[in-house]
Amino acid sequence: MRRTTLRTAVAVVTAGLTLTACGSDDGGSGGGSGSDWAEATSVEDGGGMDALVEAAKAEGELNVIALPPDWANYGEMLETFGEKYDIEINSASPDGSSQDELNAVTSQRGQDRAPDVLDLGTAFARQAQAQDLTAPYKVQTWDEIPEGQRDPDGHWFNDYGGYISIGCNDTIVAECPQTMQDLLDPQYAGQVALNGNPTQAAAAFAGVWAASLSNGGDLDDIGPGVDFFVQLKEAGNFNPVESTPATIESGETPIVLDWDYLNAAYAEGLAEIDTEWTVAVPSDGLFGGYYSQAISKFAPHPAAARLWQEFLYSDEGQNIWLAGGARPVRLTSMEDAGTADADALAALPPVEGEAEFPSQEQETAAKDVVTSRWNEEMSG
Amino acid sequence: MAPFFLYLAVFLLLPLVVLAVEAFRVTDPVTFEEGWSTANLGTVTEGAYGRAYVGSLQLSAITAVIGAVLGLALAVAVLGARRGRLLRRMVLTAAGVLANFGGVPLAFAFLATIGNAGVVTALLTDTLGLSFSLYSMTGLAIVYSYFLIPLMVLTILPALEGLRPQWREAADNLGASGWQYWRYVGGPVLAPPVLGATMLLFASSFAAYATAKALVGSSIPLVTLQIADSLSSNVVVGAENLGKALALGMVVLVGLVMAFYAWVQRRTQRWLT
Repeated sequence: MRRTTLRTAVAVVTAGLTLTACGSDDGGSGGGSGSDWAEATSVEDGGGMDALVEAAKAEGELNVIALPPDWANYGEMLETFGEKYDIEINSASPDGSSQDELNAVTSQRGQDRAPDVLDLGTAFARQAQAQDLTAPYKVQTWDEIPEGQRDPDGHWFNDYGGYISIGCNDTIVAECPQTMQDLLDPQYAGQVALNGNPTQAAAAFAGVWAASLSNGGDLDDIGPGVDFFVQLKEAGNFNPVESTPATIESGETPIVLDWDYLNAAYAEGLAEIDTEWTVAVPSDGLFGGYYSQAISKFAPHPAAARLWQEFLYSDEGQNIWLAGGARPVRLTSMEDAGTADADALAALPPVEGEAEFPSQEQETAAKDVVTSRWNEEMSG
Repeated sequence: MAPFFLYLAVFLLLPLVVLAVEAFRVTDPVTFEEGWSTANLGTVTEGAYGRAYVGSLQLSAITAVIGAVLGLALAVAVLGARRGRLLRRMVLTAAGVLANFGGVPLAFAFLATIGNAGVVTALLTDTLGLSFSLYSMTGLAIVYSYFLIPLMVLTILPALEGLRPQWREAADNLGASGWQYWRYVGGPVLAPPVLGATMLLFASSFAAYATAKALVGSSIPLVTLQIADSLSSNVVVGAENLGKALALGMVVLVGLVMAFYAWVQRRTQRWLT
């Protein structure tokens, strides 16, 4: 689900090898405690919260994958969960992508180290469901997840989201851009970067969509977004270096389009070296996106996997995401109930207007446009 | 021999077969149903992917020739230096280190020096008014030369040392000019190893990934970058089979180049006997 650099180099080489390993071992769940948590679709179904905690503690471990500690506050999330329930967390390939996660589920099927829980781009969550890789489960707070942000049966459900934002190094850039159209200003020559290729990186793809909204496009038409970047490139403002914490720190990519919770995390890191990193959500290109949670059908620790979901969707878990600048999926309900962390809420960058989300069909159409046009028009 | 063939079968043939099979699988982006199709092969030969192959081939050919010519010149110069034993050892050691200096560290070394916010960039623009973009095909070729030239020196030095001084003396005694010596004696003896080393540079640059990824992202069309993007996508569902089709194309291209090399080598050997 995230940017990848060196890891994919290894993946290119090993993809063929790991694939040969699948299908050899079809055993079911490995280290389970013998109960039927693997089949439980809710806490009541499995015998209540106390039973779940007990079963998860007996399993003693949880395998997570592709969760960078500096992403949406996952570092704190994992630590808090591990301490609270005394469960050891094995975090595999933190910088992996959604596709890597699905590959791991299929190729490590039946092994103790297979992932228990997944954090995926929604399209990949749907694919996982279609390929029969997910176990349906409804957390206790299920009703507070807005409809349309969850699969009706609980195969996947959105977890947290954010808006595309313009991160800007205030120490290098004289006047930080506030809108997408500002980026075309000649004073930003060679400074505007994305976090990857939009055909591969989700935030970059969302960046193209935000550009489209600011450039006369809509959710049915992402084309003007590609036009915008072509224009940006011709104006000499586009910086082809894909942003990473290292390029941001060195000043190589002074202006970066990325999710607001990631730019917020960079700001925190840069404050330590006396560099100011400002985060602006562009009013002319308001585009939001959510990621989705799912439980692997072949989870070696089925109870711990379900306890993890209960924790994520509890007030405590949702507030940890909020503290990292991400907008948890239950935020509206929590604001109404007054259980959302007020300080963290106030620290979110201001957003004007309300974002709409693309449907599955709109998303598929947009991906077709970007995959066929981006590499054609932006490279060379 | 048996262990060697077993090794080859497991780590070369098997992945190749998997690759060749998977390249013909497709996933429907809406229904997620999988099926067989030759659509991937069609897709990878045209449009942006076709241009990526052309870009990769161009970059590899240019950097291989630059690396081979400069590396050969450096190797000849080092061997020819009088009282050059210390110099030779230093150059060899440096080449050994630099030939393995690639990937993200190399890209960052260049970024920090002549990138947008680089130390030397500021110097050049402030004092000389020069502007230079590292994020171009030319920039990439310069960065690649940084490890290709030392690689050439390492691979060609043994062949140069095999060129016995007696041959030169014999040619001189028979009244051959310098040009004639290289044309009829030195050149033919050196041609196969030089060609082989050039091939090595070509393959090395054709397969390079991390340096380009860190330096130019998607702005320069290269096959390896496209493969990586397809294999671990966060955006497009089912793109990994397209990546495998792209990889299969690379295998075919390298196969063709190797066949060409084998043919040329046979010709030069016939010429020698």
